[in-house]
Amino acid sequence: MDIKVALVGNPNTGKSTLFNRLTGLNQKIGNFPGITVDKKTGVAKLSGDKEAEIIDLPGTYSLYPKSNDESIVFQVLADKGNSSHPDVIVLVTDASNLKRNMLLYSQVADLGIPMILALNMVDLSTKQGIEINTDKLAGKLGVQVVNISARNNIGLDKLKEAIANTTKIATQINEVDLHFLAPEAINAIKERINTDNNYYALQVLHQHEHLTFFDEKDQLEIEEIEQSHHFESSKAQAAETIARYKHLGTILSDVVIDKGTAKKFSFSDKLDAVLTHKVWGFAIFLLILFIIFNAIFAWSSYPMAWIETGFGWITSSGHEYLPAGMLTDLLLDGVVAGLGGIFVFIPQIAILFAFISILEDTGYMARVTFMMDKIMSKVGLNGKSVVPMIGGLACAVPSIMAARNIENWKDRMITIMVTPLISCSARLPVYILLISIIIPSRNIMGIVNIQGLALMVMYLVSFVAAVLVAWVMKVVIKSKEKSYFIMELPVYRMPRWKNVFYTMYEKSKTFVFEAGKVIIAISIILWVMASFGPGNRFENIDKKYESALTDTTKNTDHIKTLVATEKLENSYVGILGHFIEPAIRPLGYDWKIGIGLITSFAAREAFVGTMATIYSVDGGGEDSTTIRERMAASVNSKTGLPVYSFAAGISLMLFYAFAMQCMSTVAIVYRETKGWKWPVIQLAYMTTMAYLAALVAYQLLK
Amino acid sequence: MKLSHLKVGQTGTIVAFTDLEMSVKLMEMGCLPGEVVEVERFAPLGDPMAIRVAGYQLCLRKSEAEVIIIQ
Repeated sequence: MDIKVALVGNPNTGKSTLFNRLTGLNQKIGNFPGITVDKKTGVAKLSGDKEAEIIDLPGTYSLYPKSNDESIVFQVLADKGNSSHPDVIVLVTDASNLKRNMLLYSQVADLGIPMILALNMVDLSTKQGIEINTDKLAGKLGVQVVNISARNNIGLDKLKEAIANTTKIATQINEVDLHFLAPEAINAIKERINTDNNYYALQVLHQHEHLTFFDEKDQLEIEEIEQSHHFESSKAQAAETIARYKHLGTILSDVVIDKGTAKKFSFSDKLDAVLTHKVWGFAIFLLILFIIFNAIFAWSSYPMAWIETGFGWITSSGHEYLPAGMLTDLLLDGVVAGLGGIFVFIPQIAILFAFISILEDTGYMARVTFMMDKIMSKVGLNGKSVVPMIGGLACAVPSIMAARNIENWKDRMITIMVTPLISCSARLPVYILLISIIIPSRNIMGIVNIQGLALMVMYLVSFVAAVLVAWVMKVVIKSKEKSYFIMELPVYRMPRWKNVFYTMYEKSKTFVFEAGKVIIAISIILWVMASFGPGNRFENIDKKYESALTDTTKNTDHIKTLVATEKLENSYVGILGHFIEPAIRPLGYDWKIGIGLITSFAAREAFVGTMATIYSVDGGGEDSTTIRERMAASVNSKTGLPVYSFAAGISLMLFYAFAMQCMSTVAIVYRETKGWKWPVIQLAYMTTMAYLAALVAYQLLK
Repeated sequence: MKLSHLKVGQTGTIVAFTDLEMSVKLMEMGCLPGEVVEVERFAPLGDPMAIRVAGYQLCLRKSEAEVIIIQ
């Protein structure tokens, strides 16, 4: 790569659009070492055959971080040894609100890294009556200033040209000398870390704790300097901001001429009057949520069915044409089945993110946060938690990825932790099967079907549980990060369809590659456990039925089913089912349900398929009438009572309502929190809650 | 007078802050002493609020607006 370029700018300045324009689909997502922030990099072709590596840094209003995401910006810019440290910074600003955007320019410029100023959305600002004299601005700042409109593909060639032309040595005129803020401390730091940059030294005083390239000894000595000179970080930051704005005022005074301030917001204001209205605001929001929910629930069912059919076809034709044996079984029933379980989520992920991307792009998401903040903050959530929680009704996996939009770390963690409690679509087949067994199909008051009522109660239970857990976590989780709600309400704009497409593509790709690894691993383990048994048990079963299978007078399909049932009972999963029986007996379950609980750890809906195998439903199909009849008729061999009594059924439904029976969710939480701590906590608390709820329900109702 | 006490449509000039840490964040967002702010609207449930400052719309909780002293 010829040159490394970092994009730096405020949120809502069109930085991501610019990134997509410059790199196309030629981008990848990696990690910043040791922190839970995605690193987006891509390659841009400059003029000639030069190439530039583009790094998209998180949006921030200043170099002083207010969240983990934002702290990355200074870490990358400060550390020359960091693999992302840029040769050139492109500072992206919103031309219609230049002054506030320039605060970050002013800070970054003083770090002394070569930079270019990109004035984005110039077409929009010109329409609003803002005139910016770029030549004059470039002269005053000492850097190249380029007018662009990333959304409409204007000026990108000029920007690429500017990147190629940037010198290795920074040309910008020093913005503000802040040496006066803490002269002695700054001098001491300069000497200690061997720099001649006053502002860099000042920043080190402020945020050395975040800088990982200082070792313990450095940190102690810097801390010592900070203490001995009584350096007061907040006071210095306030003084710096005032000094910088004052300086920007003089720079911008004869560069920006604003002739249209009055009229430029009128359209947004009119929309806001309706969209954040006491009645209409909520009504419209509910309607939008309904459309999203309907889309991920209903629209995605078609592509999901195609994917399932496709993988089913691969498995069956594989069994037909590949030589029979263990490796084929592992490949088809372990790996291919695992892959199928991953790909089936893509439609839901893509659709949810298409909507989220539109809501973000238009500026509506900010209004949602604005309207919902008061309710949601009471239970430790955030206005932005609403979308993941509603998305959770369809599937927790894309919803947890959507929690990425919540800037505040604690709010985001709580949202991630409670989203899987919301009743997702995978619980539906389990609920429907169990309700049809234990609740009679009867109407009360003429029109209300009590089976439907029971289903609704299960959904309500899930919402109440999510709110209660969120409230508990609000108290339990400690966070140093202060919860701010100071944010920009951007003007309404049309969505950028290309961005929508990129988001869908990028999120699906991330899920397949990152969560996919964990899902494949667990699928293979479960397959091995279900396909093998200790000793020669399996061979004995084969021998037992050998003669029957060759006997043409008998129904061989039924015998094959009996073999499968007996093998499952004798496999490691079956043995584990027997083994955990003492633990689940107080919940009202027998070992057969135990097997179902284990196999459905992969995915809840696997419960229905497992029950089909255990109750020897021919063909292993999910013909629920047959399963239902066999399950309803089954009797506990010890007590002689029906296994699926009302109490056991309720207990089992509550177990499925609260338990984390979904490895895809575990995998995505691991991926989103970049570690095993949170997924393990989540798995533990949900399993405990499920067990206790099921126990109490069964013991009270039996 | 505090910013949180203004009604919709009323304006005021920022003169000071009562909380240093909060003031840093507010000033970065353009709420500097001397800037004129106008209350645009309150959220349907009365909190947070949206104000116009430095040529754009900013929203903040009432508890945050409370630290801004205006004239």
